[in-house]
Amino acid sequence: MINIFKIAIRNLMRYKRRTMLTSLLIVIGVCMVVLFSGLAGSFKSMMIGIITDSSIGHLQIHKKGYVASIDTLPLNMNLSAEQYKKVAGVLDGKPAIEAYAPRVKFGAMLSNYAESTSVRLSAIDPVREQRVCTALYTRLKNKHDPAEPILKPGEVIIPERIAKAMKIKPGAPVVLVATNKDGSVNGMEYTMTAVIEDILGPGGKDGYMHIDDARKLLRIKGGEVTEIVIRAKPDASFDKVVKGLMAELPGLEIHTWEKLSPFANIAGMIDLMIITVKIIMIAIVLISVLNVMLMSVFERIREIGTIAAMGTLPSRIMGLFVAEGFSLGLLGTVAGLVLGVAGLLLVKALEINFEFGRMKGLVLRPEINVSELLVIGSIVLLAAVLAALQPAYKASRMEPVDALGHV
Amino acid sequence: MSLVQLKDISKSYKLGEVEIPALSDVTLDIDKGRLVTFIGPSGSGKTTLLNVIGCMDRPDSGSVTIDSRRIDNLDRKGAARFRGENLGFIFQSFNLIPVLSVFENVEYPLMMIQKTPPAERRERVMRLLEAVGMADQAEKRPDRISGGQRQRVAVARALVTNPRLVLADEPTANLDKKTALDVLDLMRAMRDEFGTTFLFSTHDPRIVEHADVIHGIEDGKLVEHSQFLEGMQSHD
Ligand SMILES: Nc1ncnc2c1ncn2[C@@H]1O[C@H](COP(=O)(O)OP(=O)(O)OP(=O)(O)O)[C@@H](O)[C@H]1O
Ligand SMILES: [Mg+2]
Repeated sequence: MINIFKIAIRNLMRYKRRTMLTSLLIVIGVCMVVLFSGLAGSFKSMMIGIITDSSIGHLQIHKKGYVASIDTLPLNMNLSAEQYKKVAGVLDGKPAIEAYAPRVKFGAMLSNYAESTSVRLSAIDPVREQRVCTALYTRLKNKHDPAEPILKPGEVIIPERIAKAMKIKPGAPVVLVATNKDGSVNGMEYTMTAVIEDILGPGGKDGYMHIDDARKLLRIKGGEVTEIVIRAKPDASFDKVVKGLMAELPGLEIHTWEKLSPFANIAGMIDLMIITVKIIMIAIVLISVLNVMLMSVFERIREIGTIAAMGTLPSRIMGLFVAEGFSLGLLGTVAGLVLGVAGLLLVKALEINFEFGRMKGLVLRPEINVSELLVIGSIVLLAAVLAALQPAYKASRMEPVDALGHV
Repeated sequence: MSLVQLKDISKSYKLGEVEIPALSDVTLDIDKGRLVTFIGPSGSGKTTLLNVIGCMDRPDSGSVTIDSRRIDNLDRKGAARFRGENLGFIFQSFNLIPVLSVFENVEYPLMMIQKTPPAERRERVMRLLEAVGMADQAEKRPDRISGGQRQRVAVARALVTNPRLVLADEPTANLDKKTALDVLDLMRAMRDEFGTTFLFSTHDPRIVEHADVIHGIEDGKLVEHSQFLEGMQSHD
C-alpha cells in the first residue's frame, strides 16, 4: 500500500542529514516559542493575578471624572448613598459578578505623637473587600488567617515604608487628621495593627482602615463611597461586563484593571514579545522548508517528468510535494512541542525565585495550555505548507517532455 | 480500424532564428496488437514522434487520433488524463521511483492515477509481476535489482492499467544485447497475453528484427526501412 504521505516521508528520509538539519531548525523555533510563551505568559498572568486579587480587583466603578483626578483623592467626587444603592442593585442582578465592595479613599496626616506624615487611605468593609481582593491578606507583613477580617473598626493598617520611617510597631496608637469636603479638619485616634507591603498600581501604597471609621473621620452623612471594586466570575469577559454595566449606569465610569494599572503596559509588551518570537519562528520555518522543498523539486525533475508522463494530474503532483513540506513541518513541530513542554516542566520543578519591583519571593510556575500548544503547532504546519506551495506548484507545472529530458 | 492514425504531422523546434524541422508530413496508421518500431539515427525525430503520439507534445500541424479520439488539441490536464487512462510508458533509463518498492512502483498508476480499489490493485500488481517474472522481488527497492530487472518492472508498471497503447523511447538502449532481447520477448509475450499495442524506438538494428512492423525514420520523414537498415548495418 502506498499513499501520498508514505511517499513524502520516504522522500524526506532519502536525504536524512538535510531533513534532520531542517527539522532541527524547526524544533529550535518551536521550542523557543513554547518556552517563551510559557515563561512570559505565566509571569504575566501571575502578576495580573497578584495585582487584581490583592489590590485593584477586576473592575472599578467611580463617579465620572474620578480616575482622571485620582492623584488628588478628591472627596467631592464620591457616589451618594442612593447612587451606591442603585449600583448595588444592578450588580446583584449580574450573574457574571462574583462580589463587589465599597471603598472610601482619602488623604490624611498620620501622627505617632512624635512626628507626622501624609498617607493615602483606602477605607474598606473588610468582609466584602476580602471577597473581592481574595489575596489582600497576603500583603500583610505578619501572618494572617484569611478567614478573619483583616481589620476591625478602630484599627488601621499602615504601609511598610511609613511604619519603618516612623518606627511604628503594631499595637501602637496613631492619630489620623483629615480635611473633609467642606474644609473643616478632624482628627481621631486608632490602633495600628498591621503593616502592609506596597504593590504596583493605584492604591498600591495605601493604608487601610474601616469604612465606618472613615465616614466618621470625614463626617460623611449616609453611605457615600468613593469607588466600588468588583470581582468577576473566572470565565467572564471583563469587557462584556463593562459594556453591560455602562448601559445601565449612566454618569458613572467603569474601568477594567487594565485601564487602571500600569502593569497593563508591561503585559502588553509581553504579548508583543511573544508575537515577535512567533514571527521569528514562522520565518525560520518558512525559509527552511522553502529551501529544502526547492532543492527537492530540483533534484527530482526527472522523477516528476516520469510520473507526469504516466498521467499523474498536476494537482496530485502538487499534493505530493505539499505533503512532503507538511511532513517535514510535522516532524519538527512534534519534537519542538515535546522539548518545549519538557523545558517548562523543568523550570517549574526548579521553583525559580524572582523579584518584581518591591514584590519579593515570587516563584515562577510556568504553565501553557493545550490550546496554546495547538495554536503554535498549527501555525508551524501552516507555515510549512505555505512554504511548500511554491516549489510544489513549480513541480506541477513542469512539462513531462522537458522534465524527462533533464539530466 | 487502426488504433493510431497520424495525418500530415509536422513539428519543428525554434532555436533562436533558426527553425529545426523534427517531423515533416508524417502520415501513418498503426494497427491494434502490433509490436511497432521506429528506427533511425540520432536526431531523426523518433523521440519527437513518440512524444506526439504519447500526448506529451503537440504537433505544429496535422492530426493524431488514438482509438477514434483526437488527441492533438488536448489541454495539459486533459492530456494527463488521457495518458493515465489509455497509455503506458516505458523509458530508456527505466525511471522507477526510487523510494518505492518493486510492488509499489507497479501499484503507483493504479493508486495515484486510476483509483482502483485495494483488493483489485493487489491482484493486478501480482499478476503483472508474475507475468514479467519479478514476483519474487516485489519487496525490493529498484536500486537492489539489475537494469534488466528494472526494465521488466517498468514493463509491468506500463501494463498494469491495461492501456491500449504502450510507448517506449529506446527501451533497450541502456541494456546489453541479451537483456535487450529478453525485454523485447517480454513485450511480445505481453502483447500476446493482453493484446496491447507497443510502439518503441531504437537505433539498434539487431533489435529491430523482433518487431512486427518496422518504420524507418530519417530527418523527420518516414523512409523505406530495409535500405535504411542495410545502410546502418554497413556502418557496423
Ligand atoms: N527541445 C528541443 N529543442 C530544439 N531542438 C530539438 C529539441 N528536441 C529535439 N530537437 C531536434 O529535433 C530533431 C529530432 O530530435 P529527436 O530527439 O526527436 O530525435 P531522436 O531520433 O529521438 O534522436 P536520438 O536518437 O538522439 O534520441 C533533432 O534535430 C533535434 O536536435
Ligand atoms: Mg530520442
